[in-house]
Amino acid sequence: MTDIAIDIQDLRKTYGDLVALEGLSLAIAPGEVFGLLGPDGAGKTTTMRLLAGILAPSDGSARVLGMDVFREADGLKRRIGYMPQRFALYGDLTVAENLLFFANIYSVSRAERLKREAELLAFSRLEPFRDRLAMHLSGGMKQKLALACTLMHTPEVLFLDEPTTGVDPVSRREFWRILYTLVNQGVTLFLSTPYMDEAERCTRVAMLNRGRLVRCGTPGELKAGMRGMMLEVIADPMREAKARLTALPGVHDVQTFGERLHVRLDTADAEAAVTAALDGLTLVSLRRIAPGLEDVFNALASGEGPS
Amino acid sequence: MNLHRILRLMKKELIQVRRDRRILAFLFIAPVVQLFLFGYAVSTDVNHVAMAVLDEDRTAASRALIQRFTASGYFDQVAYLSGQAEIDTLLDAGRAQMVLRVPRGFSHDLSRGRGTEIQTLLDGTDSRKARVIEGYTNGVVRLYGSEILRARMQVLRARLPRLPAVDARVRVWYNPELKSVNFMVPGVLCMVLFLITMLMTSLAIVREKEIGTLEQLVVTPLSAGELMLGKTLPFLLIGLIEFVLTLLTAIFIFRVDVAGSIPLLFVLSALFLLTTLGLGIFISTVSKTQHEATLTGFLFFMPFILLSGFIFPVENMPVGIQWATYLIPLRYFLEIVRGIFMRGVGLEVLWPQVLVLAVFGVGILALAAARFSKRLG
Ligand SMILES: Nc1ncnc2c1ncn2[C@@H]1O[C@H](COP(=O)(O)OP(=O)(O)OP(=O)(O)O)[C@@H](O)[C@H]1O
Ligand SMILES: [Mg+2]
Repeated sequence: MTDIAIDIQDLRKTYGDLVALEGLSLAIAPGEVFGLLGPDGAGKTTTMRLLAGILAPSDGSARVLGMDVFREADGLKRRIGYMPQRFALYGDLTVAENLLFFANIYSVSRAERLKREAELLAFSRLEPFRDRLAMHLSGGMKQKLALACTLMHTPEVLFLDEPTTGVDPVSRREFWRILYTLVNQGVTLFLSTPYMDEAERCTRVAMLNRGRLVRCGTPGELKAGMRGMMLEVIADPMREAKARLTALPGVHDVQTFGERLHVRLDTADAEAAVTAALDGLTLVSLRRIAPGLEDVFNALASGEGPS
Repeated sequence: MNLHRILRLMKKELIQVRRDRRILAFLFIAPVVQLFLFGYAVSTDVNHVAMAVLDEDRTAASRALIQRFTASGYFDQVAYLSGQAEIDTLLDAGRAQMVLRVPRGFSHDLSRGRGTEIQTLLDGTDSRKARVIEGYTNGVVRLYGSEILRARMQVLRARLPRLPAVDARVRVWYNPELKSVNFMVPGVLCMVLFLITMLMTSLAIVREKEIGTLEQLVVTPLSAGELMLGKTLPFLLIGLIEFVLTLLTAIFIFRVDVAGSIPLLFVLSALFLLTTLGLGIFISTVSKTQHEATLTGFLFFMPFILLSGFIFPVENMPVGIQWATYLIPLRYFLEIVRGIFMRGVGLEVLWPQVLVLAVFGVGILALAAARFSKRLG
């Protein structure tokens, strides 16, 4: 075995004229929690499906655990797990039946299955619901069951496509607790997410936009790479403040977070310039903040890559 | 191929069918309802034909002929016309379905031993019914003719004692009571088998597409072949159970007799299922949703029902359409089932149909399977 769990080289996928993924190259070490970040249509699902061996690449190649994902898909299938974006279970089967079905399809031995089932039910806290039909579970429980189903055969690499989208915050936290348990067991995670706070939990993040890799590194590196500084402004009326700040020279972009505005700019005396620009409006608060991944991402999305 | 995995998939499928009340109800009720509908309610039996009589001959012979019609039990005399002018208004008003016209000179020609003819005018709105009435008319007339012949023969025989007697009698073979239930039940059996297996197979596959589990299955070690077998064999099984159920209902509730071998019927039904399961798989490859699959299913269902001879006998179709019926696998299966049911024949007669059905089955299944595998890969 190599010390690279996922080795992606110049991976490309086109649908007719549409380039869904443009020459992606990444190397992911075993035990990493690798996050794929990008807006809708960035190519996250395409990447996942290519790596899971469902989709034939138009060009380039990818190896997982040293095996070619497309040409050696049959051998690889037992060693990886993939949870599609629209994770799905059989609603008319019970929790236990769903687990049993996937264990059987992966030819998991009976002894191993019983052990695994007990483990998974325990740490997903689904034990009390094992005889409930899956369609009668809550959203968060369904998602945990879907994860448990993909874990029945103890995969070494796990691909999760937006695993927590549409799940309430409490369930998300719970889900991450489970993911960390897996990482401690040595599983390599490759997941995509639209949530910045989730990206911050990753060891490394790749930012994808319109099929291109724009940035890759640890969350810290990405934030450090941001050009300019970040100011958080709370002013009233907010709309007027946003309009004025956007027009201010040296401002790259202004994003709204609830009642707060995040202003990214590189002006020498930023605070003074902002205060002057907001003359006549009520300035509630103004402070420097450290950029979050969200800001990095917005900077990317607004078309201006960080330096 | 891993038999264990296929069995697991089948088991899952059967559990899902068992939990679906609507499908269960459909499986058990549909055959009975269809038997009832096509066997009785939509009876194609023709009785009590409203007949108007225009007797221009007015002789004992013409009255005897007319009496033959009314005595047959198929015709009710509803009007006695005095002239041809009345025929049109009568038929237009729908007061009579048939007019029997005995022309002047009928009896005269008969007694001279000359050929003669009568005229029947039919309301052809319901062509099927008109054809049946035509058949009855021919039967009555032929019987009448043969009796005259016999009477003459008897006269002759008195002079030439060695002359053999000729006895011409119209007899209906295979379905002596002309009960449409006997004719329709084999058809309903075919239709139930066809509809249920094709539709259920395609829906079972498309449903996994719709809820997204198919993508989940594709990343498992299940091969396309295993997936296909696991998804079709349960419906082969259900189809055969359904077949037995329908057959038992037909025999014990509708009192239909099976003249031929039931085991042969069973085996050949399994052969027919190759076609329906193949079509089911094919439909699943062209449909994204269960709704689409159902619509596509009916796209196949309609020509199958109309062109197979299920409702309209193939012999009665225009020649061009008759050629098209050769492309409908159900046509051959229907001939097989009716052959076994009504005529009691076996492979010695039915082998050409069996052969064609086998070719269709293997061909359709192979094409569908190839398309399915390609789509998954
Ligand atoms: N089967 C397909 N045929 C044609 N175009 C496709 C197909 N699948 C994806 N695309 C296109 O490829 C691009 C990338 O899609 P992809 O699903 O990978 O994006 P994503 O990052 O997963 O987006 P989302 O956040 O919406 O899930 C999109 O423009 C999409 O419309
Ligand atoms: Mg996606």
